[in-house]
Amino acid sequence: MSIDTQRERSPERELDTSLDAMPVIRGQLPRWSPWVGLVAVVLIVGGVLSATGLSIGLFAVVSAVVYAVGMYTASRVVEGPRKATDRLVTIIVTAAFLVALIPLVSVVYTVVSEGLSRFDAEFFNSSMLGIVGEGGGAYHAVMGTLIITGLAAAMSIPVGLLTAIYLVEYGKGRLARAITFFVDVMTGIPSIVAGLFAFALFALFFGPGVRMGFAGAVALSVLMVPVVVRSTEEMLKIVPNELREASFALGVPKWRTILKVVLPTSVAGIATGVTLAIARVMGETAPLLVTVGLATGMNLNPFDGRMATLPVFAYYSYVSPGVPREPSLERAWTAALVLIMIVMALNLLARLISRVFAPKTR
Amino acid sequence: MAKSIDVANLDIYYGSFLAVHDVTMTIKPQTVTALIGPSGCGKSTFLRSINRMHEVIPGARVEGRIELDGLNLYGPGVDPVAVRRQIGMVFQRPNPFPTMSIYDNVIAGMRLNNKKMKKAALDDLVERSLRGANLWNEVKDRLEKPGSGLSGGQQQRLCIARAIAVQPDVLLMDEPCSALDPISTLAIEDLINELKNDYTIVIVTHNMQQAARVSDFTGFFNIEGTGKPGKLVEMDDTKTIFSQPAQQATEDYVSGRFG
Amino acid sequence: MSTTTDLKAEQRAAKPVLQLGDRIFSGSAKGAGILILVVLAGVAIFLFSEAFPALVAPASEIRGGNGLVAYIWPLVFGTLLSAMIALAVATPLAVAVALFITHYAPRRVAQGLGYLVDLLAAVPSIVYGLWGFAVLAPASVGFSTWLNDYLGWIPLFAGPVSVTGRTILVASLVLAVMILPIVTAVAREVFLQTPKLHEEAALALGATRWEMIRMSVLPFGRSGIISGAMLGLGRALGETMAVATVLSVSGVVTFNLISSSNPSTIAADIALQFPESTGLAVNTLVTSGLVLFAITLGVNMLARYIINRRREFSGAN
Ligand SMILES: Nc1ncnc2c1ncn2[C@@H]1O[C@H](COP(=O)(O)OP(=O)(O)O)[C@@H](O)[C@H]1O
Ligand SMILES: [Mg+2]
Repeated sequence: MSIDTQRERSPERELDTSLDAMPVIRGQLPRWSPWVGLVAVVLIVGGVLSATGLSIGLFAVVSAVVYAVGMYTASRVVEGPRKATDRLVTIIVTAAFLVALIPLVSVVYTVVSEGLSRFDAEFFNSSMLGIVGEGGGAYHAVMGTLIITGLAAAMSIPVGLLTAIYLVEYGKGRLARAITFFVDVMTGIPSIVAGLFAFALFALFFGPGVRMGFAGAVALSVLMVPVVVRSTEEMLKIVPNELREASFALGVPKWRTILKVVLPTSVAGIATGVTLAIARVMGETAPLLVTVGLATGMNLNPFDGRMATLPVFAYYSYVSPGVPREPSLERAWTAALVLIMIVMALNLLARLISRVFAPKTR
Repeated sequence: MAKSIDVANLDIYYGSFLAVHDVTMTIKPQTVTALIGPSGCGKSTFLRSINRMHEVIPGARVEGRIELDGLNLYGPGVDPVAVRRQIGMVFQRPNPFPTMSIYDNVIAGMRLNNKKMKKAALDDLVERSLRGANLWNEVKDRLEKPGSGLSGGQQQRLCIARAIAVQPDVLLMDEPCSALDPISTLAIEDLINELKNDYTIVIVTHNMQQAARVSDFTGFFNIEGTGKPGKLVEMDDTKTIFSQPAQQATEDYVSGRFG
Repeated sequence: MSTTTDLKAEQRAAKPVLQLGDRIFSGSAKGAGILILVVLAGVAIFLFSEAFPALVAPASEIRGGNGLVAYIWPLVFGTLLSAMIALAVATPLAVAVALFITHYAPRRVAQGLGYLVDLLAAVPSIVYGLWGFAVLAPASVGFSTWLNDYLGWIPLFAGPVSVTGRTILVASLVLAVMILPIVTAVAREVFLQTPKLHEEAALALGATRWEMIRMSVLPFGRSGIISGAMLGLGRALGETMAVATVLSVSGVVTFNLISSSNPSTIAADIALQFPESTGLAVNTLVTSGLVLFAITLGVNMLARYIINRRREFSGAN
């Protein structure tokens, strides 16, 4: 390469070495070297390991280590220690990212491949009433999840939105500070504790051993309200004050300004936040376990006894499958698959909302 | 439509900080009054107290009188919201509502106050206001497009159209051209000249030439030092202020010898 | 057209209506805020009243027969142990992932990658539980055996190795996966806030990318990383289902990470015991729930404190 010839002639060379800095022009590994090196390492390690017959995990780990050491050494020889460290860190950081993706890929793959076997019509139109062994479905659990989450959303969204409006548009002084502080506290409540709270509340009125869908909805609300408040607050705060003033200057009262100018301007962000909050509580298991329990049959009345929900259904189907085990385990995986699909769909919906409803400029 | 404004012994506070002290002035109907002075001397503060926008800021308050054709705007039982409907305002930076089309921006004052109007009457109002703001020809084919898609100068004229659509008596403008290029500035100055036939206009400006070009009267505000309140030094015919002001401070300022 | 009387008339006509609207609206907003305070007070009161019988009951009647402290202490130990291991695994990984997204990935895909990591946070915890039980636990047995063979002299890996893999090590790893996106999100946020000026100054001095990161990004982001880790810790402490599903529990206090007898955690213990409990057993569980709440509250407050202090010092206005 021409770089090498320049390097020989470079007048700065002495200066560079004496300062112990990285020379402007100096030996460089060719641009393709990381990739070629990677392929070479993979082939060699793969070859050696397949000869001795070992697992994929070991193969990946050994390849990564060999590659990192190899690149570092090569770079150190050709490019000097500083550049070599830089390359090593690049490899480590990239590897860390790939490692972080492994569980995501593995979870999705496992749930999809295990869950598909019972992803059939019967699963979605029958309950577990009178089912032993094969067959049965989670229609009742899907409905229970929708009802309880819907109730929780119906309670939390108005309270959350209004509180955020109070904090951003009206609140100053002690009360606002107290609310901000306790919303922070609420954010940190473990979900199982929220479940215990709802249980304790309802046990007071209905006696110990109470189980009902509404109690579960209350528990989920405790988890959902702070999320809605926080995200809505953020969104209201980024609405420029100029818009409020423009509206005031037109003789619009404050409440109409909030309703007709501030909220429409931030509706995309608020809706996104609310959707994510719903997705978040929809997958909660622990609070429902202690407040709602599980039912084998359909129960559409959230004020009357136990109900089935998808997460609890999946949990019990998996940890206490009965005999024979296989049908119950399959139902658990399918319930998990359905749950994941709903949650991911809500996440996608949230993205869509923030795209579609964002204020346009063209 | 146009009304006179009488200000008497007005003190304006932010909490306990006195920002503007003892302003007394009379603004005649159908004139353009320019307010000039160094930054921080309280021009915006004074302007915003005229339509009671000042009190939107927490802790802000006013002592003294401002009368609109004899009615004390700060009298007991006066609703600030009603005052703002009669005294419109245009801000330093154009601020069309980003969620609304050009059309909806113009009639925002009606829409937001839930005033029921026939479609034909609304169309008519939109055209009249946009023509009044010298914007009609530029936007008449894209009234349904978002207002925030216009250029800065066009946006500012849209804001003026929005302000005059509610048919106020007085129009306040706080440095309406400071965020605009020279050509848009010229367009707005022309517009101000036309608008004074129908409105009483008060404009804050940093640009001495602009004050000389557009205004009939000029008030000079000054401040003695940081932390001190701003004061109205003098107010007179624009010609007088720029040729032979009564105060030395005014002469220094308008001739650029300030500071 | 409008005159002075017109303004007066309008005031009289319009004012009551407008003020009513404003009053109703601000009143209900304030009411919602107060409702939150009331509910929280309710949380505290009801939990305490449900916990009270366990606090005053004779030690012999508490499950295990040795009193409240003897029952809850091993659970606290398990909770802290699993959360700490999760944190130790997740934090370095999260920092690296955040660095990758903000400084290494091509700009065009960086946002998408960030979204991918956020998806990890969206997976319901019960799914992680099933996955940990069915995939990670069996897969860990080989690794645990290896640890036991070569590092068995360290008490952590003393064994005997669990054949199902449902160990506290695996439960902690599942927790690590679950808190990774939280820590990453906070770290990513502060890394993006590093003043471009600092970064460019470092590069202008001839620093390599890593040196730039070490000189400007990491020091700037340090408190952000700490607070993100604290938030993740708070989450790991309270996580229930993943642990309840994965872990095979036996109420011991041990640092042995890979054997078949493991300490339980507070949250998992509640989830496992509550459905079959009545009377004093319920009160005991509620008491342990309060302890858990106190621990997470402390950790979260510390995290907030660090975040806020940082905000004051950053001078980013
Ligand atoms: N929202 C506010 N809160 C407190 N003080 C303010 C606020 N706005 C302006 N001030 C103070 O009031 C004085 C006048 O400001 P302003 O009216 O904006 O001046 P001008 O428009 O002439 O530049 C300044 O000292 C300024 O610091
Ligand atoms: Mg100003």
